[in-house]
Order: sequence, then C-alpha cells, then structure tokens
Amino acid sequence: MVVKRKKKMRNGDMVSRILFLCASLSAVIVFLITAFLLREGIKVLNPGFLFGMTWSPHRGLFGIFPTIVGTLCVVAGAVIIATVIGIPSAIFLSEFSPFWVRNIVKSSVEVIVGIPSVVIGFFGLTVLVPFIRDNVGGRGESILAGWIVLAFMILPNLITIAEDSLRAVPKSYREASLALGATKWQTIRNVVLPSASSGIRAALVLGVGRAMGETMAVLMVVGNPETPWIPTGILDRVRMLTSTIAIEFSYAEWGSTHQHALFAIGVVLFLMVTALNLTASFVIRRKNIQ
Amino acid sequence: MNEVQKEKLVRALLYAAVGLSIVILPIIVVWVTANGVGAISLEFLTGRPYRFEYGGIYPQIVGSLYLVSLCTLLGGPLGIASAIYLAEYAPDNVVTRTVRFFTETLAGMPSIVIGLFGLQFLVYYLKLKTSLLAGAVSLSFMMLPWTIRASEEAIKVVPQEYREASLAMGATKWQTILRVVLPAAVPGIVTGVLLGMGKAIGETAVVWLTAGSGLEAFVPRTLRSPTGSLPMYIYLLATQGHTAEGLQNAFGASLVLLVMFLAMSVSALFIRNHYLRRLGP
Repeated sequence: MVVKRKKKMRNGDMVSRILFLCASLSAVIVFLITAFLLREGIKVLNPGFLFGMTWSPHRGLFGIFPTIVGTLCVVAGAVIIATVIGIPSAIFLSEFSPFWVRNIVKSSVEVIVGIPSVVIGFFGLTVLVPFIRDNVGGRGESILAGWIVLAFMILPNLITIAEDSLRAVPKSYREASLALGATKWQTIRNVVLPSASSGIRAALVLGVGRAMGETMAVLMVVGNPETPWIPTGILDRVRMLTSTIAIEFSYAEWGSTHQHALFAIGVVLFLMVTALNLTASFVIRRKNIQ
Repeated sequence: MNEVQKEKLVRALLYAAVGLSIVILPIIVVWVTANGVGAISLEFLTGRPYRFEYGGIYPQIVGSLYLVSLCTLLGGPLGIASAIYLAEYAPDNVVTRTVRFFTETLAGMPSIVIGLFGLQFLVYYLKLKTSLLAGAVSLSFMMLPWTIRASEEAIKVVPQEYREASLAMGATKWQTILRVVLPAAVPGIVTGVLLGMGKAIGETAVVWLTAGSGLEAFVPRTLRSPTGSLPMYIYLLATQGHTAEGLQNAFGASLVLLVMFLAMSVSALFIRNHYLRRLGP
C-alpha cells in the first residue's frame, strides 16, 4: 500500500514535470526568436540604421527613420479614429443600449475580431484606394487609406475591452451618483469613466501594439514607395516596418547586409510591440492591485 | 446649454457612434459575399490555378486546410498541457511568472516577426525548406499562446468543489484533472482552439515567409512540399492580377476563406454561449 502510494506520487511528480516542460516551450520559442533576430540583426543595428534618412538597398543605404515615422503616423491616426468611434460605442453599449442591440453588436464584434487581414486589405485596395484617388486626391495609396483600414482592424477589440471594463464598474456607484441628483451623462463622465479608465487605457495601448504589428492589410493600401521619405501630408505614400520586411525578404540576398537590415527591423518591431504590451499589462495589474 | 440639453446631445452622439459601428463592422462580409458568389463554381473549387490568375483554387483550399490541421495538431495539445500546468500545478514563484511573461510576449508578437523567425530557423537553419511543415510549425508558434490563454481560463472556471469532491474520494491530483476538471473544461478549450484555428487560417504573413509562394498548382504530397494557401492566393491576385478574371478569382477565394473562417469562429461562439448558459445560474 505504502509502496503503491509512493509510486503514485512519483507519477504525479513526473506528470507535473512533463507539463512544466510544455509550459516552458513558449519561453523557449521567445528566447529562440530573440536569439535568431539578434544574431542576424545586430550587425546593422546602430544609430546610423535607426536615424538614417535613406533606405536604398541597391546603394547599400539602410536607414529606417522615415519608415519609423511613417509607421507611427499611420498607427497614431488609426488609433485616434478607432477611439473616436469605439469608446462612445462602448459607452452606449454598456450604459444606454437595450439588451437586444447590445447582443447583436457584441456578437458581431466577436465574430469580426479575427477576420483575415488579407481580405480587409483586398477591400482597402479595391474600394478605399480608388475612392480616395477619385474624391480626395493623390494616388489613393496613402496614409489616409492606412488609417481607415487599421482603424477598422483594431475597432472590434477596442469596443470589446472598453465595454467590458465599463460594465465591470459596480452598479452601486451609478446608483449613488444618480441618487445625488446627477444626470445620466454626469454620472458617466464623473463616476463611470474614471473608474473604468485603467481598463480603457489598457485597451488603447493593446490597440497601438496590434496596429504596429499588423502587416498584410496595411501593406496593401499604403503604397510602399521604393525609397520612403518623411511624410508631409496624409495623402503621401509611406512604408511600414512590417511591410518592408514582407516585401523585401524574398529578394534580399541571404547573408547580405540587406538581409541583416530586415532582421534588424524585426528587432525594432519586436521591442516596440513588446514594450507596448508590457505597458498594457502593467496598467491592468495596477488596477487589480487597487 | 443646461444639463438636460447636454444629456440629449450626448445621447445623440453616442447613437451616431454606435450606428457607425453597426454599419461599418459587417461591411467586409457583405462586400465579399456580394462580389464573390458569382465566382463560385464547381470548376473554380476543384480546378488548379494556371497562368497566374486563371483556373481554380483546389490546391489552395486543401493547402490551407492542411496547414491549419497540422498547426492545430502541434499547437493544440501543447497549449492545453501548458494551460493545465499553469492553472493546476504552477506554484506562485519566479519561474512561473517568467513562463507567464514569455507566453504573453509570444501572444503579442507581430506575425511578420514570427514569419521571419520561421524562415531563418525552420526553413534555413533546420533545412525544412519553404514547406507545409515549416508553415504549420510557424503557425503553431502563433497559435500556442492563444490556446494557452483560452484553455487556462476554461480550466480556472471549473468550480473548486469538483476538485475537492474528487480528491476527497481518494483520486490523485492527475486523476482528478484528467477525469473531472478537463471534461468540465472541454467546451471552453474547444472554443479557444477553434478561435485559434480561425486566426491561423486567415494568417498571411507567416505562410508567405515559410509555406510557399501561394500559387502552387498541386496539393502538397509530403511535409516537405511547398504549400499554397488561400490568403497568399488572394494577396497575389489582389495586388498583381490585372484581368477581370483575376479579380473575380480573388473575390471567389476571399469568399471561400471567409466561409471557412466564419464556420470556425461562429461555432466557437456557439459552443461557448451554449456552455455558459448550462453552467450559469
């Protein structure tokens, strides 16, 4: 009996070890990704690369500053658009909406969250780009098109997370405010929104991270000029960090500086996105501690 | 403006915002369906692509299904095992926190970075070539953290009483997990895996770098064969096609991809809602 129990315990120990190995696989993958990106990218990762103004592989010039600026422009605009539409939608859904409207919107949002980005890019390319070309001007492929496409991609997530954090605010807060004679809007503005603000902020930071790492949809609508410049207007074509990798990996000679530069872009992207995600989880954790 | 007027104005603005959301969210699905239905025919679904933009998409459909199935076979069990560890075994210490941190990092990793890593590590370093295997493994890197997160949630919501009852009857921890906790968590886990599959089937950047050019005219025969996929096919035809037939085929392929994606995500949500109703009060 005693022997049997001992054996069982040893079995349990074995199981927990095997499971631990599985769980640590993610860490191994992240470690390998970092190692491989750095091994290839470190050779060109210097100030001249980060702040260089010209990207021109056949002349041996690898400066990604205009690409970084272009990426930030597109991401910032997209997040602003998504916020302007998404946060009020979330407020409506959590505070005003009849049950059936909320049900319909929430479930369609959940279905749409993962829609293949290439299909969204296809839509952007065949509908949005010609529309901008004909009605706004320029070539159509522009920062503006990138804004709209990216905003569309981050909107569903933003609505979901913001609505969840608004609904997590206890009902008694609202009742107390209303009982003091505040109007519904005063209650929302002074009581509900401040209590939900950390969740909403986390949603925004996650949105920025997602927008920055998005490849296909944006790639298809921003134009990707061969030699990117610092954009001066919203109809300028730009390059994204992600699209530079996607477009050029197939003709970068393996082992050349060009290939190293693409991996260095991967490193930059990885660092930016991870920093944003860390910020988001920090914001969420601080809320939980409070 | 007094408070009552302000209230009315705010209400109007909120209505406008949610109205806009309701209009723009389904727009892609409607647009693809309207344009794609005309492209669907038996020849299109069973034929092979030729001269770039002509012909059918049979190899792409099969390729996408192979990629997703293999990716799920690799990523699913590993993800579930990791989730069991994190939810049931993991002590609250530095090691666990590190593992969790890396899982979160992997979840937020841009897909192009995963593709780049797959290209360097699997395709060149391990010499898998651009192939079904390299593509599926890279996709599973992307899917793994999502499966972990969803499964862990599903395991954590299983009521503590279930475990206590099983342990009180003399079952070991592992028996309890296997016979009591996991069966109760299955719907949640399946939901998570289906959502992950939906993400994987629509993923373009990763398969672009690791699986193949996208226009392969043949169904992959071995794990080492280059594999065409629907997202790559759509990308190529949308950006480089220049005939009406090419555009038509891109719409058709988009519709097929969208139907596959919706089948996965809608059944995932259906299972979850059904299950929640059963567990709920």
